[in-house]
Amino acid sequence: MNRRNFVAAAAKTVAAAGMAALLAGTALAADTIKLGAVAPKTGPLAGGSTVTHWPSIELWVKQTNDKGGLKLKDGQKMIELIEYDDKTDPGEHIKAVQRAITQDEVDFLIAPYGTGFNVAVAPIYAKYGYPQIAVTSISDLIGELTERYPGLFFTLGDTTSFVNGVKDILVKMRDDGVIGNKVAMVNVADAFGIELAEVARPIFTEAGFDIVYDKSYPLGTPDLSPVVKGAKATNPDAFVAWSYPPDTFAITEQAAIENLDVKAFYTAVATAFPAYGGKFGSKINGVLGAGGVNPDTPAIAEYRKAHKELMGQEPDYWASANTYASMQILGQAIEGVGSTDREAVTQYLKENEFDTIMGPIVFDEQVSNRFWTVGQWQDGVFRGVASSNMDGAVPVIAKSGWE
Amino acid sequence: MNGKEVQSLTAIIVCIIAAACFPLIADGYWMSIGVTAMMYMALATSWALFSGPTHYISLATAAFFGIGGYLVGTGMSDYDLSFWLMMAISAVVATVLAALIGLATLRLSGVYFVIFTLGLAEMIRNLVSWVQNNFLGSRGLYVLTDFTDADIYWMLLTVAAAVYLLGWLINRSRLGFALRIIGNDETVARHVGINTAWSKVLLFMTTGFFAAIVGAIIAPRYSYIEPNLVFKPELSFLVVIMALLGGTHRLWGPIVGVIPFTLLWEAISISFPNYTTLLLGLAFLLIVYFIPRGLIGLIEDLVERSRA
Repeated sequence: MNRRNFVAAAAKTVAAAGMAALLAGTALAADTIKLGAVAPKTGPLAGGSTVTHWPSIELWVKQTNDKGGLKLKDGQKMIELIEYDDKTDPGEHIKAVQRAITQDEVDFLIAPYGTGFNVAVAPIYAKYGYPQIAVTSISDLIGELTERYPGLFFTLGDTTSFVNGVKDILVKMRDDGVIGNKVAMVNVADAFGIELAEVARPIFTEAGFDIVYDKSYPLGTPDLSPVVKGAKATNPDAFVAWSYPPDTFAITEQAAIENLDVKAFYTAVATAFPAYGGKFGSKINGVLGAGGVNPDTPAIAEYRKAHKELMGQEPDYWASANTYASMQILGQAIEGVGSTDREAVTQYLKENEFDTIMGPIVFDEQVSNRFWTVGQWQDGVFRGVASSNMDGAVPVIAKSGWE
Repeated sequence: MNGKEVQSLTAIIVCIIAAACFPLIADGYWMSIGVTAMMYMALATSWALFSGPTHYISLATAAFFGIGGYLVGTGMSDYDLSFWLMMAISAVVATVLAALIGLATLRLSGVYFVIFTLGLAEMIRNLVSWVQNNFLGSRGLYVLTDFTDADIYWMLLTVAAAVYLLGWLINRSRLGFALRIIGNDETVARHVGINTAWSKVLLFMTTGFFAAIVGAIIAPRYSYIEPNLVFKPELSFLVVIMALLGGTHRLWGPIVGVIPFTLLWEAISISFPNYTTLLLGLAFLLIVYFIPRGLIGLIEDLVERSRA
């Protein structure tokens, strides 16, 4: 074979293979529903997304496919999940979403992990008419965002209700005579940490609390003992840390070392991670944190069991369940419409009630008001103690020591 | 202006017009790749303006880029200021900062400068977080505009074109000549009476100015600004790699490097999502070892050989 023949033959082979791939693609597209998922698998947010986000999505897809898929008007269809890693980079994320929409032609997209990413892609979802059921996205701009993007739904509340949950618990403990008025507050000096501290100052003050210590620390600070020592020196009744995953662990560790003896101890993001309970064991009995679940309902118990069996790891005690519920909502909306008509599905989402592991969920002005705000470690389980419209909150207990 | 210069200027203008037509034919996906590529073209070309002739490797791109993105976020979100005003402010701030850094470090020889710029993005990120936390407060930095990807692309193209034309002018000026001498031998440059420190600082300020504008333009694309995402050190490295891949001894070198790298990066992201950092490091090594003069150098060598 001379060179020209070889090139021609090679070109033909490639072309044929390409055609075959294309044909296979269309054949597949006819019997499956394509779901696109873009979220961090690497980078700073991967630690959270691989606990909260990815396993719940994969679990739901697996369970749905095991049952034969989603029932549409023209028959039951399996789900094909197309996953991309955004490397915790908004630019990469946008590219991946565009790729999923225009190259893979996915039927629906699963909303991303993290507030920033949900806001960053909202214009793209809106432009192409994809509904976006955001879970791990907490913002005080929900009103403006939902007005701007008619397919954007929120399920985990806003910053103010997040902080109000903590305030309500502290007020309750004060009314019960467990704690006094003195609150020590620290925050991580980064986007969400600053925002929470900013919202909390007036809310705590208005509720009659005296913020005796108010300090921040830079993101990534390895040694948090000065912060904890400083808080301890003011002899507070309650300690609140608006913290991110790495510092949630570091602060707790320091508090135990310094024996920061407060009756109410709160750390924010990652307190609900199974790894947190695993690391500190009985020491953290009574620690309060962001999130919570009611593990005693049959639906949640079944979900947690399946998650552990099929994904090989425990879900967290907060947004994992919300993430799974968001998948249920999307699935039920698609089945309700009976096709992959995105506009009809978005409309269906706005008008119907959905039966999820979190209980019945409806969207009021694109916002679901069923979520947990504060949880507490009680005998190895992180149970919800404060919520918006959830049943099964347990009474809050006083923290007693770090043994 | 001689015939050759007219020719090259015409070629530049034709390329710019061709690039401006890209959004008319590209779909959403290719548009998003186009925006990314154009962003890196503007950054890599402005990086090469300074680092190409002087051989000072600057890792400060992320610092200036972050200033652009962060100031647009703060201004629009917390003070309701206009996007354009914040873009102008961020460019001024970055230029002043570049001047200060340049004056402090560029009198020293190469390695001190590299080390300093490496830590710069992190230092500024901490500084702005500290200011925001202690004095400004924040409710999240939202940059909500009606810009489409095409608008952002055209803005970036304008910046890239401006950088390019400026570089073209500098190359033909006394300053450009002075910089080339500095790059070859700084001692000689000083001895023939060139104010080396000031020439370097001036070019470094230009780099800072343009990187901040690029950061400002990208902010509406990110929509929600978090300091640790706009001050990402990885960006500085990517810019250096792309510029080196193209070749920094010609003004259009970085552009030649950006396009294949962006496409390669995309292919890697799709096929090997878990090994991108590893492959980035490998790419760096391979480029430095095997094509030290970049793709342009490779092309020039081939042309030379075919003539001979």
